Amino acid sequence: MKNQIKELKLTAIRIREEILKMLAESKSGHPGGSLSAVEIVTALYFGGILKHDPQNPDMPERDRFILSKGHAAPVLYAALAEAGYIDKTLLSTLRKFGSPLQGHPDKRKLPLLEASTGSLGQGISLAIGMAHAALLNHESHQMFVLIGDGESNEGQIWESAMYAGHHKLDNVNVILDFNGYQLDDANRVILDLDPIADKWQANNWHVIDVNGHDMEAVHSALQLAKAFKGKPTVIIARTIKGAGISFMENNNKFHGVAPTQEELKQGLAELQEARAVLV
Amino acid sequence: MRNDYILGKATRLAYGETLVEIGKQNKNIVVLDADLSKSTMSNRFQATIPERFFNVGISEANMVSMAAGFASSGKIPFASSFATFLMSKGFDQMRQSIAYPNLNVKLCGSHSGICIGEDGPSQMGIEDIALACSLPGFTVVCPADEEAVRQLLPQIVEHNGPVYIRTSRPKAAQIYESSDTLTLGKAQILRDGTDLTIAAMGMMVVEALKAADTLEKIGVSVRVVDFHTIKPVDKATIVSCAKETAAILTVEEHLLDGGLASIIARTVAETHPVKMAFIGLDDYAESGAPDELLDRYGLRAVDIIGKAKELVGLSN
Repeated sequence: MKNQIKELKLTAIRIREEILKMLAESKSGHPGGSLSAVEIVTALYFGGILKHDPQNPDMPERDRFILSKGHAAPVLYAALAEAGYIDKTLLSTLRKFGSPLQGHPDKRKLPLLEASTGSLGQGISLAIGMAHAALLNHESHQMFVLIGDGESNEGQIWESAMYAGHHKLDNVNVILDFNGYQLDDANRVILDLDPIADKWQANNWHVIDVNGHDMEAVHSALQLAKAFKGKPTVIIARTIKGAGISFMENNNKFHGVAPTQEELKQGLAELQEARAVLV
Repeated sequence: MRNDYILGKATRLAYGETLVEIGKQNKNIVVLDADLSKSTMSNRFQATIPERFFNVGISEANMVSMAAGFASSGKIPFASSFATFLMSKGFDQMRQSIAYPNLNVKLCGSHSGICIGEDGPSQMGIEDIALACSLPGFTVVCPADEEAVRQLLPQIVEHNGPVYIRTSRPKAAQIYESSDTLTLGKAQILRDGTDLTIAAMGMMVVEALKAADTLEKIGVSVRVVDFHTIKPVDKATIVSCAKETAAILTVEEHLLDGGLASIIARTVAETHPVKMAFIGLDDYAESGAPDELLDRYGLRAVDIIGKAKELVGLSN
């Protein structure tokens, strides 16, 4: 277990490196909300949470992952490359003309994606449709949806939360990347979400509250969510926007501004230091 | 083809009943509704096949995205609500989660047009066709009567792609018989003529036929065409109407911008320009009996006759 967590942490560092590199190369995109979700996405894909097979992406029994906060596409693309679904060299084509790596996830251009996202608020509803379909087919795979805190301003998040709670859809799992910021400012300034756990509990969800950068805690929370019966689970992952890169952390300038070459260099150096501490 | 215009079932009822028949044969069909199933008539499906019926509650956005989730899992979802609520409140979801990934979702908006009557303009779907037709890859269908629903719905199931179906609240005059053959994507020529084409959809088809009856009597030779599939529109039939009749008049229970008028005019302009005129709505209506509203807002055979006479150069 200890070794597995260490491996996951090393994987998370590689994913952060790829996120920085692809964003610097594309000169546009969303670093902050991609970096805050790295531990979550790493634990899902590489911690044995998602049942999936990069050799067989259409495998019917695969668990479904939906990136509802579609602007965090870089973290998803980096994970797909790390897992071997797509070639790592493809990452440098992010947001470029002709690339399957569109600015926001596009199932037409990259068919192995479970959903096209980018207009916020729709991921849980998509998962509910998939969840009902799985139950009708007597299939046991589960749905995992990553949503944002800014995204939680959307009414549809709460329509779908109410629905999944009412129908006790325990094959739906949501991870809220609660990094505290949205495009214009902090959530607390724009539209305060707290008390966030109470909101989900009131919608009849099983709520787990974790430090979203503590790999072991995130991993255990995801295991617990997957095993939990009788209610859908939401993991409130307390995260830091821009996590892992000192000058991006809690710096909302990096919501939607890519690092310069100089910033890339500095960021990669910091990640190299983080690696040195681990190994 | 019938010519007695006897009232039959409402197209919404034919939708509910036909869905049951299709659902019995095709186990992949699931039906969703947003707490209006007694009105959209999807409750017929619920009564027969409850395990494949999902009442989402009054949350159209959630319903439309859920339907996309069903479709991406291989199901064939039919999601219904009033035309205005489905289209207006579910539009972003149709755009992002259905049109953009091109998923096989079927949507049905009931209570279209102003003939819903007393409930008033907040409940009247008069923008739905424009919204649906704006979405790339969508097929948009407006059946004129119960037989049209019975024939087109199975073809809509067979068609792999998103479809919007528009139904109406009141009983619809019977136009088709089971011996007639309707084909999705192919406009139906109901009456042939040379002076003028009247192109109509839905509840306006019978008004067009009644207008043609009168016009024939005063020597105007009228072709009447039912454009039950508005998108992709049957361009070949539009071109032949433009070439073979001297003018085209469109009639719709919908706003004039973005509906049948706009779509037919574009093809006419691009291929074989002829004189055209347009009957439809240009503002919100009001509460009243359906007949009163159709009179007040100029969607009657008499209005079609007046416009047709102008178009062919006869004085009213």
